[in-house]
Amino acid sequence: MNILVFIETAEGKVRKTSLEAIAYAHAMGGAVTGIVFGKADEAELQSLGKYGATKILHAADSRLDQQVIQVYSSVLAKAMQEEGTDVLVLAGSSLGTPVAAKVAIKTNGSFASNVPELPNTSAGFVVKRSIYTGKAFANVELKNAKKIIAIKKNAAEVKELGSNALVVNYAVSLNDSDFNTKTISHEKATGDILLPEAEIVVSGGRGMKGPEHWGIIENLAKALHAATGCSKPVSDMGWRPHHEHVGQTGVKVAPQLYIAVGISGAIQHLAGVNSSKCIVVINKDADAPFFKAADYGIVGDAFDVLPKLTEAVVASK
Amino acid sequence: MKILVCVSHVPDTTSKIAFVENNTKFDTNGVQFIIGPYDDYALARAIELKESSGASVTVLNVGTADTEPTIRKALAIGADDAIRVNAVPTDSLFVATQIAEHAKGYDLILMGRESIDFNSGVVHAMVGEMLGIPSVSPVMKLDIDGSTVKMTKEIEGGKEQVEASLPLVAGCQEPIAEWKIPNMRGIMSARIKPLKVVEPKGVENSVVNKNFELPAPKGAVKMISADNVAELVTRLKTEAKVL
Repeated sequence: MNILVFIETAEGKVRKTSLEAIAYAHAMGGAVTGIVFGKADEAELQSLGKYGATKILHAADSRLDQQVIQVYSSVLAKAMQEEGTDVLVLAGSSLGTPVAAKVAIKTNGSFASNVPELPNTSAGFVVKRSIYTGKAFANVELKNAKKIIAIKKNAAEVKELGSNALVVNYAVSLNDSDFNTKTISHEKATGDILLPEAEIVVSGGRGMKGPEHWGIIENLAKALHAATGCSKPVSDMGWRPHHEHVGQTGVKVAPQLYIAVGISGAIQHLAGVNSSKCIVVINKDADAPFFKAADYGIVGDAFDVLPKLTEAVVASK
Repeated sequence: MKILVCVSHVPDTTSKIAFVENNTKFDTNGVQFIIGPYDDYALARAIELKESSGASVTVLNVGTADTEPTIRKALAIGADDAIRVNAVPTDSLFVATQIAEHAKGYDLILMGRESIDFNSGVVHAMVGEMLGIPSVSPVMKLDIDGSTVKMTKEIEGGKEQVEASLPLVAGCQEPIAEWKIPNMRGIMSARIKPLKVVEPKGVENSVVNKNFELPAPKGAVKMISADNVAELVTRLKTEAKVL
């Protein structure tokens, strides 16, 4: 089985979720080749061998620095053909998922997204998909010869095992007509841990009483190396930016640890956090429904509990 | 300008999810169906464009006759006419094929970023691919300036300003527009607006649903006193092993 992994970069650095995609492909067994588009650091690409890729194709054409979905999908479909790829694996993202869907059309492949674990190949090729916003799973058979899998966060454990990968320069021919969208500008949270990729998330809700009180959330997040999130009302009221909104219509997170502060736990919020390994709820109201979905709970005032918790985290290091 | 808005017919976000017939079918018992929340944003933006620039708005749904109340609601909100492709929406490729079949001639094809039942989030990309036109998602702001569409797209940890030309497919999310609630006049007029029912184009399924399952139930919550938060840190380290 030949597996190709689409490796996503952000400002020339390999994204952490792509390491999971490599680890996933390696765990499936078979020959794992990675492909990277645009500017990337040669030494970093070699180091991807440690996670299970034996070869990395580097399409360094500078026109690939702009991440145009149509362009990426054309190059990827061609690479699958040239490499004799059976399965394309990538981490689901705002770039990766639509690229994968277009590749599926171009290659007549079977496509599945939000895949949380390894395929079952005992009878056919069956993958699990997370559906109903994390409230259920579907087992789907990928019937076509080519299979395209967009994995969910934590679908595979990233382990360092092998040696360096062989990095090969990959020449591409690009069609001008594929440059059909143009990115004019970016606005990105700087220096922070990205919410969809974070291993620990600290979220605040209406119980925080106002954006001016977010300092204690940020302090705890800093002590834990966590990303900060919020509930829908908080982003609706403009206390926090929309990209921090965790829930049914916001970001779905899957961290090791999710700490919810002053969030009552509406079902729409739970839909965004139900893939978390461990949930801690801190709320003044002992009857908050979120406690039923939590692993650990503290009934108490956030303004009293959070500073103490931050102190305890720092002290435990 | 002609706008096509594709809407899904999905369980309300508060629905309890269960399966029947040996976990092969969704249990619709007691479930209320709604226009997909993301599709509702797409529809609201389409109606705004209709009001500001005189666009026509057609609604399309791939579904059985059960979805007609959802389609009528979209008409009540302000769409001019509707198409129902008479089929069960089995997977993204199937739905995208049906949409592409009817989307030719439209300038703007809007839909939600994903349906909240199967969550694939790729129908817009597939439709764009099939029609050979750009697709952008998730779009939080969309304005039309001549033949150029100016959009704000959400990315991990931020947003981007993106431009593309018409015709275009966009997967929408908040805050692209405020959800619209139908008024009495809308509800009355929706009853007589044209709703065309067409048969689906045959597609060989590339993905087959075998069965469904529910996540393992969670254990009981362990409460920790607010006077002893250090214990939480200890438990997270030694018991849950997440720190």
